[in-house]
Amino acid sequence: MTRKVRAGVRARGERSRGASVALHATLVVASLVSLFPVLFIVFVSLRGRDGWQEPTEFSGFGFGNYTHILNETKFLTWFGNSVIVALGATVVGVLIAATAGYAVSRMRFPGRRPLMWTFLVVQMFPMAVLIVPLYNILGQMGLLDSYGGLILTYCSISVPFCAWMLKGYFDSIPAEIDEAGRVDGLTPFGTFWRLILPLARPGLAVTGFYSFITAWGEVAFASQFMSSEEHYTLAVGLQTFVGQQKAEWGLMTAAAVLITVPAGLAFFFAQRHLVAGLTAGGTKG
Amino acid sequence: MTAAVTSTNTTTAPARPGLAARARRSFDTHWYAWAMVLPVVVVLAVLVGYPLGRGIYLSLTDANEANVGRTIGVNHIPSTYEFVGLDNYWKVLSGQEGHFYGRLGWTVAWTAACVFLHYTLGLGLALLLNRRMRFRGLYRVLLILPWAVPAFVATFSWRLMFNEKYGVLNAILEQLGMGAVDWLGDSTLQKMAAVAVNVWLGVPFMMVAILGGLQSIPAELHEAAEMDGASPWQRFRHVTLPGLRPVSGTVILLGTIWTFNMFQVIYLLIGQGASSESEILVTYSYRLAFQGIRDYAGSATYGILILSLLLVFAVFYRRLLARQEEAR
Repeated sequence: MTRKVRAGVRARGERSRGASVALHATLVVASLVSLFPVLFIVFVSLRGRDGWQEPTEFSGFGFGNYTHILNETKFLTWFGNSVIVALGATVVGVLIAATAGYAVSRMRFPGRRPLMWTFLVVQMFPMAVLIVPLYNILGQMGLLDSYGGLILTYCSISVPFCAWMLKGYFDSIPAEIDEAGRVDGLTPFGTFWRLILPLARPGLAVTGFYSFITAWGEVAFASQFMSSEEHYTLAVGLQTFVGQQKAEWGLMTAAAVLITVPAGLAFFFAQRHLVAGLTAGGTKG
Repeated sequence: MTAAVTSTNTTTAPARPGLAARARRSFDTHWYAWAMVLPVVVVLAVLVGYPLGRGIYLSLTDANEANVGRTIGVNHIPSTYEFVGLDNYWKVLSGQEGHFYGRLGWTVAWTAACVFLHYTLGLGLALLLNRRMRFRGLYRVLLILPWAVPAFVATFSWRLMFNEKYGVLNAILEQLGMGAVDWLGDSTLQKMAAVAVNVWLGVPFMMVAILGGLQSIPAELHEAAEMDGASPWQRFRHVTLPGLRPVSGTVILLGTIWTFNMFQVIYLLIGQGASSESEILVTYSYRLAFQGIRDYAGSATYGILILSLLLVFAVFYRRLLARQEEAR
């Protein structure tokens, strides 16, 4: 970013006024497109139960929808369920993906290449092929309609991607650091835990963010596995607002806003690392 | 450490001891690595490997809701489904059952359209964001925002915006003096709407990944090209694009896989009841398994077919990339 600006003719990185205007105009339009649906939902959610039927009016603002979903629906229970499941899946998933990613990155062992291939291939699995057998297995283990079962299921989705990304990230950390750790008498696991993990924080942020968002927004497994209303996650519960018979869009939008807030927070914590983490992982696939 | 492991490996190899001894020595050398990958291997084996095997088996039977084993109260009803060989595949591939080829066509078109738009828009925005300018950080955050919105929330939001009677898009159209459009009723518009939602959701990932790729291209390359008198287009064509190749290869492959299997957008936007032309293979397979008379075998067959198609694609794609690499 510290390019030298040469005198004379227009230097690299300098633009004419027209180009500047065009650049900013394009970015403003793009930002509006990305922002509009989000703002619109916030807008509708503040307009009362039936405000969604007049999307262009600016009147009747209030928090009616929010108080209704917080007090008269099971929203908070579902919210808690989603938090437990998403955090559980993130912690378990990133932890085991990190150890595997480290082993694949630093050690040469029989089965290493097949494992890398498995990570890639597993991402191609349509959930449709796994969902029925998984339903049976979890049923046999008594894990249907429980947090544990859903956490494990989400791990199976996020672990391959995380391991793949983290392997790429670990590759970008010089091996000399490991050697220094070994010379100082650390075990391989100690090296990984004390030296490499702290250095890999951006990579961990990206994969953790990915796991969290995946689990937070998953619909198909949650709809089938969590059968009692007490155990619904948000993705399942939200569907009950907008069903075949009724359309409580006011409530739906208020819930949507509340759901997006934690995801947004996770995102803002991770976003500074997103670019760095993705580069390292993406280029060394 | 890597070096140490490989060197012990090579020194033991010429000795050629017995199989058991070699297995033991291999274990002694590698147990640490194996212990570290063990949790992942166990999770994948139990939650992916076994279900896959079971899915393949189911696709070779005529299992459905009526004949699988189940427990009602204290009574256990044993399974009565039978092995039927490749019958299911034959039915699907010969077009006797369902509309496999029509759905496949739409799924491929959907994937191609989405990935193309994801990549070109992502590349365009990344190129713009990679310049020095005011508000750069702000633009970046705003443009990544759709990524932070969970897909099901975004899909519901768009469904409200597309609503025929009360949707904001039609309200705007009417203000402009145009008639209302039944966005989610007509099957062509439905498809376009689904692509629009998915593009909105997917561009930020591509943009961020490509932005990372752009920043890893050394600035000296651009400077050298400029010194040699290359035009901006030539610099883009011969410096930027080749420099992006590793990132592009990975994100296009991942994007294709994800889009091909994109469940939420189609399932939640178009609704679950209507059997519509806008369904892709994955949502159809899901509907087979969980709606009406549950057709487990048919669903598994579709699942395996989807997986095979993706595998073939991935192999060809990687080979293509490798060939390009050689040709350079």
